[in-house]
Amino acid sequence: MAQITLKGVGKTYAGGVQAVSDVNLDVIDREFVVLVGPSGCGKSTLLRMVAGLEEISQGEIAIGPRVVNRLEPAERDIAMVFQNYALYPHMSVRENMAYGLKNRKTPKSEIEARVAQAARMLELGPYLDRKPRALSGGQRQRVAMGRAIVRQPAAFLFDEPLSNLDAKLRVSMRGEIRKLQRRLGTTSLYVTHDQLEAMTLADRLVVLNGGQIEQVGSPLEVYHAPASTFVAAFIGAPAMNLLDAYIEGGRVKLEGHDMGLVALPDGPITLGIRAEDLSIGTQGLPVTLDYVEELGANRIVHCFAGGQRLALIQPPEAPLSEHMTLRARPQALHLFDTTRGARLVAPATRIPEPVA
Amino acid sequence: MTHTPLPITESPLSFASRLARWWRGGDAQPAKRVQFDRPLTPWVFLLPQLAVVVIFFYWPSVQAVTSSFYIEDPFGFGSTFVGLENYTEVLSNNEYRSTAGFTLFFGIVVTALSLGFGLLLAVKADKVIRGASAYKTVLISVYAIAPPVAALIGMMLFDMHIGPFTELAALFGYDLKVGVNYRDTVFALITIAVWKQIPYNFIFFLSGLQSVPVSVREAALIDARSGWRRFVDVTLPLLAPTAFFLLIINVTYALFDTFGIIDVIVKDKPANNPITLVYKVYLDGFKGNDIGSSSAQSVILMVLVTVLTVVQFRYLERRVHYG
Amino acid sequence: MQKINPLDHLILILGALFLIAPVVLAVMSSTHSAIAIHTGGLFLLPGSDGYETYHKVLTAKGGFTGNVTGARMLMNSMIMGVGFAVGKIVLSMMAAYALVYFRFRLATLFFWIIFTTLLLPLEVRIMPSYQVMSKLHLLNTYTGLIVPLLASATGTFYFRQFFKSVPDELLEAARIDAAGPFKFFIDILVPLSRTMIAAIFIIMFVYGWNQYLWPILMTTDESFFTLMRGIKAILQVWVGSQIPDYNEAFALAVLAMIPPVLVVVIFQRMFIKGLTESDK
Repeated sequence: MAQITLKGVGKTYAGGVQAVSDVNLDVIDREFVVLVGPSGCGKSTLLRMVAGLEEISQGEIAIGPRVVNRLEPAERDIAMVFQNYALYPHMSVRENMAYGLKNRKTPKSEIEARVAQAARMLELGPYLDRKPRALSGGQRQRVAMGRAIVRQPAAFLFDEPLSNLDAKLRVSMRGEIRKLQRRLGTTSLYVTHDQLEAMTLADRLVVLNGGQIEQVGSPLEVYHAPASTFVAAFIGAPAMNLLDAYIEGGRVKLEGHDMGLVALPDGPITLGIRAEDLSIGTQGLPVTLDYVEELGANRIVHCFAGGQRLALIQPPEAPLSEHMTLRARPQALHLFDTTRGARLVAPATRIPEPVA
Repeated sequence: MTHTPLPITESPLSFASRLARWWRGGDAQPAKRVQFDRPLTPWVFLLPQLAVVVIFFYWPSVQAVTSSFYIEDPFGFGSTFVGLENYTEVLSNNEYRSTAGFTLFFGIVVTALSLGFGLLLAVKADKVIRGASAYKTVLISVYAIAPPVAALIGMMLFDMHIGPFTELAALFGYDLKVGVNYRDTVFALITIAVWKQIPYNFIFFLSGLQSVPVSVREAALIDARSGWRRFVDVTLPLLAPTAFFLLIINVTYALFDTFGIIDVIVKDKPANNPITLVYKVYLDGFKGNDIGSSSAQSVILMVLVTVLTVVQFRYLERRVHYG
Repeated sequence: MQKINPLDHLILILGALFLIAPVVLAVMSSTHSAIAIHTGGLFLLPGSDGYETYHKVLTAKGGFTGNVTGARMLMNSMIMGVGFAVGKIVLSMMAAYALVYFRFRLATLFFWIIFTTLLLPLEVRIMPSYQVMSKLHLLNTYTGLIVPLLASATGTFYFRQFFKSVPDELLEAARIDAAGPFKFFIDILVPLSRTMIAAIFIIMFVYGWNQYLWPILMTTDESFFTLMRGIKAILQVWVGSQIPDYNEAFALAVLAMIPPVLVVVIFQRMFIKGLTESDK
């Protein structure tokens, strides 16, 4: 068990492309941290630098007390689960799990015990002598997990481990990974582009964009107080409505309509409102209905406020009409700097505590 | 998903830094995003192949170039530098020119016929569902026969006493004299060379045809009524990469691999018999003991083949886009 | 489904006949006596002299060449085919491994040094190659028969393509599993390449077995003659004989074609896959 410390970590490729720059992050012992962001944001590169599969161009990475910059992947005491599982196709499940231990000269009896234990934990017992090609996607995923578990490493690194599974399996494996990590208490760094996966798994989220950290925080912090328009748009589905507005005499004006009071100087701003924070009322922001997406439990209503699109979530029984007026609580308004995208005022709402 | 991104804008590099990068082996896109970084281990793996290549490829090749500038004393008492004399002599030699002419003719005819027949049979076999595998087996077994063995069998078929082809020709009142009559020998050479090469083209064309996606075939079936139109408009363009690849292979085959066929049919008696340039290199070098001339001819052929291969490589690069 | 018309069938049947008939004629005629062939032409049906002919070709010293038996030539061809295929696989796998899986100085230069050999077939440098062999005292040796043919990079090219198609993550997983370069090669890459190795073995065996020009140059000592060299010898004896030993010539041809044909037919699927997929 160990903590992972990243200090000013950056990656510059041979052609001069800066894939990751100045990342500072402390993953504390037993913590589950998820790196999330769109493809090309540098999250995998960052993970691979921790693993030792990419050279570290700038900064320092430490796992436990050791700086690992110059260590081989095998010497870093980490285990990794790959997106395509990277199982050795010619080895049985048992051999796949045992290979890393064998190379480390672990005694045979010890290897057997650990493989048996991991197999029990992952319900792989009946498949130990099969080759990976005779397994289903979910089973292969478990073998990949098993290979990591038997090593009993200081940290697990996950590189989009669920993205090759179908939607249903992904949800159930997600739960299993979470439970397993809790049970083993192994520090974990997990990469995904799926914000929902990130939200559900993480103790803490790291949102990356263009090789830089946009925000670090618990899932609820990030959801309720996105640090930038990028985070606001990336976390949560449907994405937060981001609208061009302006401040005039201490009041937020959207398409000429007064949305509430703020203590900010006059000028243009970007106004963010989550779809679930909008409600239909007798007066408020006038909008025209565009189209409706039915989700069953509720529906997403797409409207135009002047020339700008916005979406709100409504229960299926709520009446809709061509012209409606919308309201939002003043606490639900997120204000961002229009040019830099940064959040302008601290959140007014109290962020709910996570249920343990 | 995160692959090493290609450098988008390459900063202008000085020649020296380019050279330095090349020396480090860092100028090409690495084959793997993670590679072992050990200075000595790759040598262990590379050395055997390098040794063989240097001793048995570069040494003789360099030797060919150098001796093409010398005239060697036939009794082995040294050699004299003569500059380009061997080349001018070869290129102005009438016999060499007519050999080159025949080689060109032979190459074109053999390539055209074996490609044509290979394609025809592949297209037909592609349609047949039952019996296709038996068919493949028949053809592939012909592929495995060595050119000289093919030529030996061919020689019997064209034999002046027992050959069925000779008898067949006699029925039409023609006296087929392979090995004696120049034209008849050419005919026999081409027949055997084409016979031997059809299966190879067949295999490639068939696998090319079978890799045309079913959806594309079905779309074509909806869009074009005539089978010929479908073939010309859809199948043929999709086969173009295969065909181009085979074209190069067939030209190389006609130029070099037919050595065995020619040697068996012509039997070291080139007088009044058709031979190719490669066979002439062999004759002049080993039978005529004219090393300088043979080397010059080798070098001319090397240039020819290099041009052919460069065309092939350029094309192979492009082929990626066909995809 | 597309319909197939009788004309298509006719073309296929004629094509197959044209291709296979000479082989059938050769096999059948080899079971008749020389005199029968001389008087009656080639045969489409088996005769009764097959055993005698093959027995003679395989065991009798002399035959066409003086003092080498067909069995000896068969063995030499086998050594040539297997030796060439094995040598090719070992050399080219190792070289391809170095080129694909290592970052090292001069890698690009060596890539070109090796792959330039694809440019020039042996045929264009036979004369100097012969001289080099003679300087190295490798004439009339198995080494001389096999090793120079290994200088072409076809195998290296195939394996390089194959290695590049192996998922990168396998090496990464192996490195995390503490496997070094030798371990990774032996434990992971070689077993992973089994199918590829088999396909290349077949292609190279046929190629080695069918070599003609090189054995002609390299062997004057009859104990090193391969079947291909034997065919050349038949023709040299033939000149001037009254009734050539057609039957024995056919028998030798049949012996020379059976092993490669068998190998290719038995491993057809693998062979076609290796042939058509490795060119990319």
